[in-house]
Amino acid sequence: MTSARKNPIYLDYSATTPVDPRVAEKMIPWLTEHFGNPASRSHGYGWEAEEAVENARAEVAKLVNADPKEIIWTSGATESDNLALKGAAHFYKTKGKHLVTMKTEHKAVLDTMRELEREGFEVTYLDPEPDGLLDLGKFKAALRPDTTLVSIMLVNNEIGVIQPIAEIGEITRSKGIIFHVDAAQATGKVAIDLDKLKVDLMSFSAHKTYGPKGIGALYVRRKPRVRLEAQMHGGGHEKGFRSGTLATHQIVGMGEAFRLARLEMAAENERIRMLRDKLLAGFKDMEEIYVNGDLEHRVPHNLNVSFNFVEGESLIMGMKELAVSSGSACTSASLEPSYVLRALGRNDELAHSSIRFTLGRFTTESDIEFAVKLIKERIGKLRDMSPLWEMYKDGVDLNTVQWAAH
Amino acid sequence: MAYSEKVIDHYENPRNVGSFGKEEKGVATGMVGAPACGDVMKLQIKVNEKGIIEDAKFKTYGCGSAIASSSLVTEWVKGKSVDEAATIKNTQIAEELALPPVKIHCSILAEDAIKAAVADYRKKYGDADKKAAD
Repeated sequence: MTSARKNPIYLDYSATTPVDPRVAEKMIPWLTEHFGNPASRSHGYGWEAEEAVENARAEVAKLVNADPKEIIWTSGATESDNLALKGAAHFYKTKGKHLVTMKTEHKAVLDTMRELEREGFEVTYLDPEPDGLLDLGKFKAALRPDTTLVSIMLVNNEIGVIQPIAEIGEITRSKGIIFHVDAAQATGKVAIDLDKLKVDLMSFSAHKTYGPKGIGALYVRRKPRVRLEAQMHGGGHEKGFRSGTLATHQIVGMGEAFRLARLEMAAENERIRMLRDKLLAGFKDMEEIYVNGDLEHRVPHNLNVSFNFVEGESLIMGMKELAVSSGSACTSASLEPSYVLRALGRNDELAHSSIRFTLGRFTTESDIEFAVKLIKERIGKLRDMSPLWEMYKDGVDLNTVQWAAH
Repeated sequence: MAYSEKVIDHYENPRNVGSFGKEEKGVATGMVGAPACGDVMKLQIKVNEKGIIEDAKFKTYGCGSAIASSSLVTEWVKGKSVDEAATIKNTQIAEELALPPVKIHCSILAEDAIKAAVADYRKKYGDADKKAAD
């Protein structure tokens, strides 16, 4: 059954998405014919590039109901996160030096926070609830008079849960705290209305939403005005927030990708939800499987499942016909399991044995059927080989076993 | 992670997967590793009256290299005396499977599994040499 396909089935849309062919087509002329520098003011090459950049800016703004003047181009969500966090923390440092985030944030936020700690800021890293969501009571309790900045992501990259951004924004706004949201995994998946949400800074990425890699944006609210210290200095592009020649073709790509997301999001989400439900239903009769993260407050694109008593890397190896991500960092050199799943309170074994399936625009029903069949077969084989599964079946409580650590 | 062909072969066609019956004679078990570390190996040897390992079985929870290392040692210990089996070194396993540096611990674990099975054998049945002298 498993050798019929040539390429692995791509179920890793949260890692990156293919550029939509409609997007690629729009980009190409901006590389060859219309190659002008959008900052060139003295001739038509520059003017047409500038117009294309501004049209794209309007499209990005439209998807999230913002003013185009509030959109700053960056190289991607990581840079947006860096600019937002370092920029705001530095600018408001005379007001206070306490920052708040969550343990399940993306590394682009966590590592930036670590850097700010080295600079003398104090950071509170909040634990999620076991379902992956932020408890608002605990959040409120963590805020202090010297808290200047909060960063909470909208959609988690590993488990797909949607944090209560609207409620958090009410709290931070009432206290005059700047609120940054990493929305890299959210665009085209959840409706975002920045006219209503009390969010001050929001990071976007093109390549998670069928646009090209290497381009992103940061939303910087104008009313009430949010101030940032620039991190990249030079020609004063992007109102001085971020210098550097604008990559017209990339920007055009992001604009078109976000335009398509706005038009197609509703129908696409319905279709993907149906596929995700089919995938989950396919696992229903399997023993000892655990869905990581809340299923209700979650984008339909993500299903993160732990298959108990099977080790993550051998699981990935056994699923070479599927392109998926593992919660086990064994795939890299370190042996640390996913810090996100650990923060949910999952033990190491379950964290190691998790697989993240992320579905997208080009996932088909037959992809899901194939995946379900394959997973059942391979999990069965690996469990037949697993001493832990054998012990579990014999009724041994694995928590009482004295393991020889190594 | 790029695996060697031998690792993939053992992973896809593991040799001697399973467990011996609990009442079978001459069976000794070595279990090493910990679930929290990402690998647990259970190696069983079945030793005849002459102190020769006539069969071996394994079960492993772990990465492809861990599965391959344990699968390989079940092949290697068969036909060896208990003492000979105990001399198998992790470096031989790592070399045979062309393990990359980050996977050397898998071969160490496989060596430990043999040693643990041998120790269990000696504990249960006494020293093979002494038995021969009796």
